[in-house]
Amino acid sequence: MQLVLEKRAERSNTIALISPLIAIGLTIVTMTILFAILGKNPLLALQAYFIAPLTDGYSLQEIAVKATPLVMIAIGLSLCYLANAWNIGAEGQFLIGAVAGSWIAVKTQGTDAGVWVLPAMLVLAAAAGALYALIPAICKVKFGASEILTSLMLVYVADLLLDYLVRGPWRDPNGFNFPTTAEFDPVATVPLLIEGGRLHLGSIIALLVVAAAAVLLGRTIKGFEIRVVGAAPRAARFGGFNSNQLILLTFAISGALAGLAGIIEVAGPVGHLQPGISPGYGFTAIIVAFLGRLNPIGILIAGLFLALTFIGGEQAQIAMKIPLDVTKVFQGILLFYVLACDSLILYRFKLVFPNRQVARGAG
Amino acid sequence: MELVEAIVLSVLAASTPLLIAATGELVTERSGVLNLGVEGMMIVGAACGFGGAWLTGSIFVGALFGIVAGTLMSLIFALMALGLAVNQVATGLALTILGVGLSGLIGAGFVGERITPAAHLHIPGLTDVPLVGRVLFGEDAFVYFSLALIIGVWWFLYRTRAGLILRACGDNHVSAHALGYPVLRIRTLAVMFGGACAGLAGAYLPLAYTPFFIPGMTAGRGWIALALVVFASWRPGRLVIGAYLFGAVTILQLHAQGWGVGIPSQFMSALPYLATVIVLVLLSRARTGGSTAPAALGTVFVPDR
Repeated sequence: MQLVLEKRAERSNTIALISPLIAIGLTIVTMTILFAILGKNPLLALQAYFIAPLTDGYSLQEIAVKATPLVMIAIGLSLCYLANAWNIGAEGQFLIGAVAGSWIAVKTQGTDAGVWVLPAMLVLAAAAGALYALIPAICKVKFGASEILTSLMLVYVADLLLDYLVRGPWRDPNGFNFPTTAEFDPVATVPLLIEGGRLHLGSIIALLVVAAAAVLLGRTIKGFEIRVVGAAPRAARFGGFNSNQLILLTFAISGALAGLAGIIEVAGPVGHLQPGISPGYGFTAIIVAFLGRLNPIGILIAGLFLALTFIGGEQAQIAMKIPLDVTKVFQGILLFYVLACDSLILYRFKLVFPNRQVARGAG
Repeated sequence: MELVEAIVLSVLAASTPLLIAATGELVTERSGVLNLGVEGMMIVGAACGFGGAWLTGSIFVGALFGIVAGTLMSLIFALMALGLAVNQVATGLALTILGVGLSGLIGAGFVGERITPAAHLHIPGLTDVPLVGRVLFGEDAFVYFSLALIIGVWWFLYRTRAGLILRACGDNHVSAHALGYPVLRIRTLAVMFGGACAGLAGAYLPLAYTPFFIPGMTAGRGWIALALVVFASWRPGRLVIGAYLFGAVTILQLHAQGWGVGIPSQFMSALPYLATVIVLVLLSRARTGGSTAPAALGTVFVPDR
């Protein structure tokens, strides 16, 4: 008996819609087994992961706060992936954005600089993220170097640069030698939406980014070019689309969004620059992009769902002593199922019995 | 002179995991499959390898655990990328994300524990020869094994019929299929070999390089191994040179930090990663007149029946 794939005559739209749901369902089944192996009550663990965070206002705000960087980065990545350009270094672009924006915050600290500080930080962070993302993009179009490897290598470089700055020149002199900058001034901080809450202006910016991406992809020629270059490179060449230019463009956009997300995280929920500002947002955003089927609205929903797993993971750790790494395992398994289910859009599975009659109707 | 000897010894040690992982990936890629999950398979191999050695007290059992763990991880990849024809880039990324989480989960039990690292060869007389003695006759078994492995792979790829068939799958899967070769089965075996090597390379780190396990201890070595395969133009001979060059960069920056060169340590630590980027750019640029990559690398193959 053998499982084989058979190409569908045309892509199945029904499965395209429900495949993320199948993937989530399969992931939850797998997690139930994993919890049981770890000796935890699976029902209580699932409740801590997926239900408990939805039941109080603080956690709900926290989900939106966590989803903000995920959605912003994933929107940028989706443009790259649609154009078949593999930016997997968003984590580095996120960190570089955080560093560049923090530079203004650190340099204006204690001066009576005006309200221009935060906007300047956001602009500089986006520009720095875009430039950092352009390094692998230029290496790709000019020299043909694999953008996958170069963009990833630059993550480690960005991480070390941030580490150097907060341990060296930018360290808070009153910080008891902890590797962190001083707390940012109020003018260098992303304002909260609700007094005393957690939700901040960054979430609004993330929603605007989603809307802008939806317009770009659905209503503009550039968006059309991005989709064609990725889906049908030959057709794109006949159409006269410049694929190199689109690689540069999508990398720059995704770098800018990752950089923006970086400074919003630092000047918002964190409040100062320090190592470990990202629990792997740049990598989790890859999952968000695929789970959202590279579609802006899908990414918004997927970002909220992945944020839920971050918050749920923390609560499960506190309440049930479930290790935080379970969240990463969960995210990895989810991405596998998402990709596997996506395969159903183009293929149908069939069981074949060699030397016997062909069996039909499996899957 | 003692210092030179110490440096050469540590370069060999630092290069060995890169060489083993890259050897496995070279075979995988030669069959036409791009498995970007090397980092994930390595880190799981490191956690399981340490666990095995810690539980049994045997380095050999630890190495076996690492190999089995890497192979199992690669089977997930094979099922997805070959069985279900999923995009190989995305699957490889998923494997790395999963591997990082799994290794943390597996390794949580023995963070902070120590083992006796792998013994070094000692042949009385030969090992004591000044200068070259320890370098040639005083390494741990992994170092010798890695060299035997790459020679074996060279012989297999270029001197056996099976190796020729494997390369045929990597260059033109449609033709290989038409000639009646089981492309997917051959590729699955190549992916498993890559996984076994990555697992062993990961296990080398806590078994011989540092005698303890810390989460994330592979620190991007899996990705550097991937870059090495590109550096080597998919040829085993060049892979050895590349691995030792990268090992040298890693060690020299460590020594430079020790000598107190007036450069912040973080910049020195960034060197191996920057070197990877620069080497990739220079090599891709020098390669005029077509790529040396296997022609079918990373493409999906669904046999028609």
